Amino acid sequence: MAEENVTRRNALKVLGATLGAGAFARALAPLAEITQFTNLREFMQKHYRELNSDEMREVLHRLEQDTEHRYGCEVTIRDIRPQRHTQFAYALNLSVCIGCRRCVEACHQENNHDRTTHQSYIRVLEMEQGSMDMERGNTNYDHDVPAPGHFYMPVQCQQCENPPCVSVCPVEATWQETDGIVVVDYNWCIGCRYCEAACPYHARRFNWRRPEIPADEINPNQSYLSNRIRPQGVVEKCHFCLHRTREGRLPACLEACPTGARVFGNVLDADSEIRWVLENKRVFVLKEELGTRPRFFYFFDR
Amino acid sequence: MSRPTTPPHSDALASRSARGAALVAAFIAALDVTACASRDADRFSASQDADGAHRLADGGVYASTLHAPRQLVSILGTTRNLQGQPVEIRCATCHDLLVPPPALPDRASSLGGPHAGLRFDHGGNACAACHDPTRFDRLRLATGETIPMTGALRLCAQCHGTQYRNYTHGSHGGMTGHWDLRSGPRVRNHCVDCHDPHTPRYPSFRPMPPPLDAPARVETRHG
Repeated sequence: MAEENVTRRNALKVLGATLGAGAFARALAPLAEITQFTNLREFMQKHYRELNSDEMREVLHRLEQDTEHRYGCEVTIRDIRPQRHTQFAYALNLSVCIGCRRCVEACHQENNHDRTTHQSYIRVLEMEQGSMDMERGNTNYDHDVPAPGHFYMPVQCQQCENPPCVSVCPVEATWQETDGIVVVDYNWCIGCRYCEAACPYHARRFNWRRPEIPADEINPNQSYLSNRIRPQGVVEKCHFCLHRTREGRLPACLEACPTGARVFGNVLDADSEIRWVLENKRVFVLKEELGTRPRFFYFFDR
Repeated sequence: MSRPTTPPHSDALASRSARGAALVAAFIAALDVTACASRDADRFSASQDADGAHRLADGGVYASTLHAPRQLVSILGTTRNLQGQPVEIRCATCHDLLVPPPALPDRASSLGGPHAGLRFDHGGNACAACHDPTRFDRLRLATGETIPMTGALRLCAQCHGTQYRNYTHGSHGGMTGHWDLRSGPRVRNHCVDCHDPHTPRYPSFRPMPPPLDAPARVETRHG
């Protein structure tokens, strides 16, 4: 009786079902891999702005443990909120900048960037005197500075008042905070890189790989929206060192600048250095015609 | 080698400066200016002492102090040790600091002895333009007032007023610490931290390495 059931039709059915099940299992295999990297809580984590304080504490604790597990370094990750009555602005004196790239290096170390790609939020453009076209600036110079006939223009996130990167984000993983800093929720970012394409200042960076940093080089003073070690596949950018500046400290790039070309402060404070520069120097912004309204200003001494 | 002290296309930028001013005004106006009103103005009533260091009136506000330069007690001589390094010679090795020195020469090239190798490239200044001719360890202002070596900022400011003005407003010279002096102190670099008074031009040097992720260069269609 059973032999009668082994028909050509049944054999094909069994073969088809087996192949189908195999293909299905293969298709779901990446999910199994994901669980090696993440857990359900991370996967189900809410958007930064929807987390209540208990949930935030839990997230920070999980991230700290995760960092210790992966990098063998004990770090403190905090959630530092904007100060009231504070609007940050930055100005850079192009007459004084010598293009030494110490700001680039300081950013690299402060913000726990990947060591293998030597990532940094700042690029220094070597510009020919007489040109203001930043697209023609050379970032790859490797000779003694300052070179005759050139000036140097460090470019980082301009923290625009009208940020194109924020409007293009399909999932609202990036937004502007009340003190003017444009931030990224690295856990909410889906890595589509629209913002990277939208930024006219080449200010955003994509993590093609998980950052590699030796444990003894990790900066343990971290915050959720700034310099905690980013996951793979997300976009990041300069955040005016908010883990420092929101506590009154100067940004790392400014402290590293040997010439004092960088001026940082709260523009709502009428006696601040930044306010003096904005009121007394002929400041300009990059690509003003785009209407991005940067809060990063440049000026020449006169 | 000239530093770009004037902007390129200064005509173009001059016309931009008016727009720039409008831009800044718009920027500040666009921000929450009502916040200014609630700011405690007294806390920011800064006064400035002779060294250019900000001393803030309110005891609750931290100070912005000047990084004190190292007291000059020795020079590097012309002779070299076995490692090829110049030998450090203490002033008191030759000079009795209590006895006035012989008349200072007009220019550094006529110096002899351990001072013979001194490189001098600071305009046409004579030694006595800055140094007190009667004391090895003191400087002399144009007014005739003598000041210690560590007070060099006042001396430099006599000629370099523009730089001094920028310095006092935080746009010249490095600093570390806090932008918000209510949160913590700040330390400002001294002139001589970066500029050798005898050869004040900031030396050119090798920068940190270039980035590894540089974007492709944009070739504009119209050259």
